[in-house]
Amino acid sequence: MTGLLAYSVFFLTIAGIYAIIVMGLNIQWGFTGLFNAGVVGFYAIGAYTCAVLIGPDRTFLFGGFGLPFAGGMLGAVVAAGLAGLVVALVTLRLSEEYLAIATFGIGISVQLVAINAAGLTGGTNGLYGLPRPFWNLTGDVAVFNLVYFAFVLVILGLIWAALARLIRSPWGRLLRAIREDDVAARSLGKSPVRVRIQSFVIGSGIMGLAGALYTGYIGFVSPIDFIPILTFQIWAMLIVGGSGSLLGGVVGSLVIWLVWTGSGTLLSRVAPPELQAQASAVQVILIGLIIVLTILFRPAGLIGEPRAVTPARRGG
Amino acid sequence: MIQAIADGLSTGAIIALGAMGVTLVMGILRFTNFAHAEYLTWGGYMALFVLSATGLEAGSLGPFSLGPGLILAMLVAMVLTVALALIADRLVFHRLRGKVNHITLVFASFGVALIVRYVIHLLFGGSAQYYSNDLRFAWRIGDLASVMPDQVLVFVVTLVVAGGLYTFLRYSALGLAMRAAAENPALSAINGVRFRTILLVTWTIGGALAAMSGVFYGVTVQLRPDVGFQLLLPIFAAAILGGIGNVVGALAGGFIVALVEAVALLWIPSGYKLAIPFIVLLLVLWLRPTGLFRGTSGGAK
Repeated sequence: MTGLLAYSVFFLTIAGIYAIIVMGLNIQWGFTGLFNAGVVGFYAIGAYTCAVLIGPDRTFLFGGFGLPFAGGMLGAVVAAGLAGLVVALVTLRLSEEYLAIATFGIGISVQLVAINAAGLTGGTNGLYGLPRPFWNLTGDVAVFNLVYFAFVLVILGLIWAALARLIRSPWGRLLRAIREDDVAARSLGKSPVRVRIQSFVIGSGIMGLAGALYTGYIGFVSPIDFIPILTFQIWAMLIVGGSGSLLGGVVGSLVIWLVWTGSGTLLSRVAPPELQAQASAVQVILIGLIIVLTILFRPAGLIGEPRAVTPARRGG
Repeated sequence: MIQAIADGLSTGAIIALGAMGVTLVMGILRFTNFAHAEYLTWGGYMALFVLSATGLEAGSLGPFSLGPGLILAMLVAMVLTVALALIADRLVFHRLRGKVNHITLVFASFGVALIVRYVIHLLFGGSAQYYSNDLRFAWRIGDLASVMPDQVLVFVVTLVVAGGLYTFLRYSALGLAMRAAAENPALSAINGVRFRTILLVTWTIGGALAAMSGVFYGVTVQLRPDVGFQLLLPIFAAAILGGIGNVVGALAGGFIVALVEAVALLWIPSGYKLAIPFIVLLLVLWLRPTGLFRGTSGGAK
């Protein structure tokens, strides 16, 4: 396989994993209006949980249960979902800002645990030498990459189909009803707090699953993979595509990941060596600008939420 | 322990200056601005910029680092930070206010925060910087603790500023108008309080206090582009602890958060420092979401 083709497969696999995180955020923000400023935290919880569960036994580390990858995936979903449940229980009774602050705190705290709890997470060295699924079947790096890409696509497709179904269900209508008009939903005898908690937990679980997929793909996790800016990359993907649209999330993931890696490559070519660190700041400024400009000038994003039946719908 | 408390008081003052601005903006403009902590960083770096652009020495005043040069630079930095707050409001927040739900406004403030933090990073680089390289000698309090004179100064100035702000809000006509807008914007508008004036004054106070806080951080610790990022959780914890809209509460909240952090670090590994204000915040939200002190009606629910 030529270099460019190999890179494209890598690029698309990561974009696919990000698209799965975006699906999780779409449930929370796009369909329910819940702000999550700590996306990277739930993703990291999934990645590390999977790594601890599937990793080989090591004397200096907790874990190393050597479970099959499916077990790691399940554990990742459960752990991230539980973290989501705790945050939701503490903050969802309160006004929406507090959820934003609390999730921001979760994002930071998870990173601190990843860096400091060396006995569990390997500290700054991370957890390495993790088994990768399908590796034994494929043997060859190029074949593994293609097979894993297909695997990520299948998972993405399954989540997409499940969410599309969920959104059309009565429960999905209830989500949007609560997002649009909390009081009206309550007056119909629905419990917004409960539905919000369910939605937040499902979204967090999906983010955890994406973390497990990352672990399985790279075979290595370390704190550098979960820097805070990732949260806002995911947000940019969601709103550029159009929150409330599943297709939009996938398109947004591709576009923003292309902008991120493209601008990174360009800057590393253009900027002189002594200014490399500062040049990488331009990438983040770009993400910030994309977020602010999209909110200001194109709140529906590129694709946007499909129109509901009701004609008099307020903009989300 | 005494040492931890002494250090906590000066850190608490820095957090309190940020939290007083946040609590005013949350209480009066009903807006949770996640870019506020970046205004601190901006203020700190603007003072550094003034010093290096004019070639002024930070100077010294007796045992304190806050000499004439740095005081002048701080005043200019306060103006530049108010300008940043007003520009961000004009270009972004004002266009969204009333048009989108308020959590979208919060989201936009995260975007603004990213832009401000990384523009600072781009302009000034990522490494730690100081206003002056002069050595300062600590004051010893018996055998119990040693404090830097600057820490004492920061503590005292913060108390004076908080007292001034409280007096302004309590006794001046404008202060009354601001408190009225916090309690009931519609009713205060009917009584001739102009929202634009309130907006201008609130951002001015918030921006000026943020710049002061940033400079104090630079004086007692150091300047780094991620100062605001590190202080975001302590500031919000302090504002919520103090009751949204309550300036004296925010002052007390700042000290409580910093003291809890300083004392907890005697037992908890310092790598977890940032998580301590977060745990305080979660406990407050769980046990007493309206804060320890009474806030305004526009704040916590």
